[in-house]
Formats: sequence, C-alpha cells, structure tokens
Amino acid sequence: MTQDTIQVRLNGKDRAIDGGHTVATLLESLDLHPGMVVVELNRDILDRDDYAAHTVSDGDTLELVHFVGGG
Amino acid sequence: MIADARALDGPLEIGGVSFQSRLIVGTGKYETNEVMVDAIRASGAEMVTVAVRRVDLDRSSEAGILHHLDPDEFFLLANTAGCYSAEDAIRYARLARAAGFNEFVKLEVIGDERTLLPDVFGTIEAAKVLADEGFKVMAYTNDDLITALRLEDAGCVAVMPLASPIGSGLGVVNPYFIREIKSRLEVPIIVDAGVGTASHACVTMEQGVDGVLMNTALAAADDPVRMSHAMKHAIIAGRLAYLAGRMPSREIGVPSSPTRGMLD
Repeated sequence: MTQDTIQVRLNGKDRAIDGGHTVATLLESLDLHPGMVVVELNRDILDRDDYAAHTVSDGDTLELVHFVGGG
Repeated sequence: MIADARALDGPLEIGGVSFQSRLIVGTGKYETNEVMVDAIRASGAEMVTVAVRRVDLDRSSEAGILHHLDPDEFFLLANTAGCYSAEDAIRYARLARAAGFNEFVKLEVIGDERTLLPDVFGTIEAAKVLADEGFKVMAYTNDDLITALRLEDAGCVAVMPLASPIGSGLGVVNPYFIREIKSRLEVPIIVDAGVGTASHACVTMEQGVDGVLMNTALAAADDPVRMSHAMKHAIIAGRLAYLAGRMPSREIGVPSSPTRGMLD
C-alpha cells in the first residue's frame, strides 16, 4: 500500500518523504550505514538499537550527524 | 631510536587510558584523506581528534572520517569545535558519545570569532554538566591559571591551555603561565592550539607539560608527512630535555675546555 508523503525537517532542510518510515528504513533509503551516523529526533538522541522502533512522523525534526575531520 | 627515547619517559595517562605518544593530532584541513592518514601515522600520535557535523545528504556518505580512519588503530577524541555556548557544546558532546567509541570529549566553547579564544564561563559550565554525566572531559581553555583550577575542580580529566590562538602558528606566547598551570594542577596539562612548527612543540614540552595537541601545523605544512615526523621528534626532544634538567643559563661565557695547561 502506498503511503502518503509527510513533511520532515532533515538536517536543516524541509523534505517530503514517504510516510511509514522508521528511522532505520529512512537511513537505509538515504544509503547511510546505521553504525556510521548518530540520529537526533526532535532533540532526543536515539539509541542505535532503537532505530527500527522509532517511526518518523509528519513535522519531525531529524539531525543525522557523523564524525568529520577536525582539530 | 624511538624505542630508546620512550624507555626514558613514562606513558601519558589521561582519564585512565595510557598513551605512549605525548602528541595528540587533529584530522581537519588536510588536502586528502590519504595524506591525513599518512601524516598521523608519521606523527606517532595515538589519540586523534574528530568533529561532529551533519551528514551532507547531497553528497557521498564517504565524507565521514571513519571511512578513512580506523577506530581500532586510533583513539578517537571527539570535539565540540564550533560551539559558542555551553548548551551547544553539551549537545555535541552527547551526540559524539552516542557514536559509541568512548566517554572522552575535547570540550571547546568559543567566545570570539576573530581570535577563537575560549568562553571560559561557558567552558566551566559545560565541563561540570558533562563530568557529572560521566564524560571524561579534556577542556580547551586559555592560559589562565584560575580558569584551569576551576576546570580541574569541575572534574576534567585534562586541562588544555592554548599556546596561542587556534590556527595562528604563533607558538607558546606565555611560557610562564603554562608552567604555572602545570605546577598547580594535578590532572595532565595538554597544550592545545597555536603550535606552528617543530621548535614551538619542543619549547612547549620543555615547560614540563604532559603533551601537545595540534592540527594546522601539520595539515597546513607544505609537506604534512615530513612535518609530522619533525613534530614527533620535537615532542620527544622537548620532553627529554625537560626530564633531563637543563644547565643554568648565564649571561657570560664559561669555557668548556681547561684553562690550565695552556702553552707559554
């Protein structure tokens, strides 16, 4: 069944994504390895083991961060 | 040769972790990831700093540094670089810890864009919160003794006064304050920021501090790998010179050869 699209704010940009995603499937759709990123959902940092348990809802704010070069 | 030099010095212990190298290096500003990895290996550093940033969803996910730097080879020290408030720094530190490598954080709360000097009030505030949450906080600060003492009281596992502003390459501008901080605190003192070349690193270690953290001096050298070799030796040289105890300096000449036994 096709899900309606929902609006989320993802890394500072408004995006329309398919509804029904969990954080785990969203990362997969973005080609991101769950072990390589940390996810903040509405300012709460998620435990990596819980990515599949969190559904992404309309209006959510997500930050996907990782380590980059720095001093 | 390095093995012999190390036998003359003990390990650097920070927050219960032991390091053979007294040099900590950053991973920013290298032209390529290959040069970065080669330079870090040449430096002999075991602890390396990384920054926390948004994944750029419009670009390849290979931008993440862990695609290039093996976390089994290097001890990752995440920083809060770019944060201008205690609240932001705490948020970045928590995100870094959630990556799951260790409890260490290089705490930076910047107070001024031009000099990148630290906001010491924000730094102390964030240090207290993070230490209470079980973080092993290594706090970047200025060369002020009172701030350094407060950071130690806040529970930091290392205090990291600057030699001079971040990225300036000016070397240690106030060796007296660095020595005073070292003599008054129990926790390791790592001089962080401002070292530009090998002589700076050597002079810094000669003040008796426990280590040096640098990034731009290596990344912005014409030949980062060669400079990393130089820094490795400079850190060891400065450390051993400090431990050896230097001769007294005098403002007159004193002959090294006997004055007796000269011919008529």
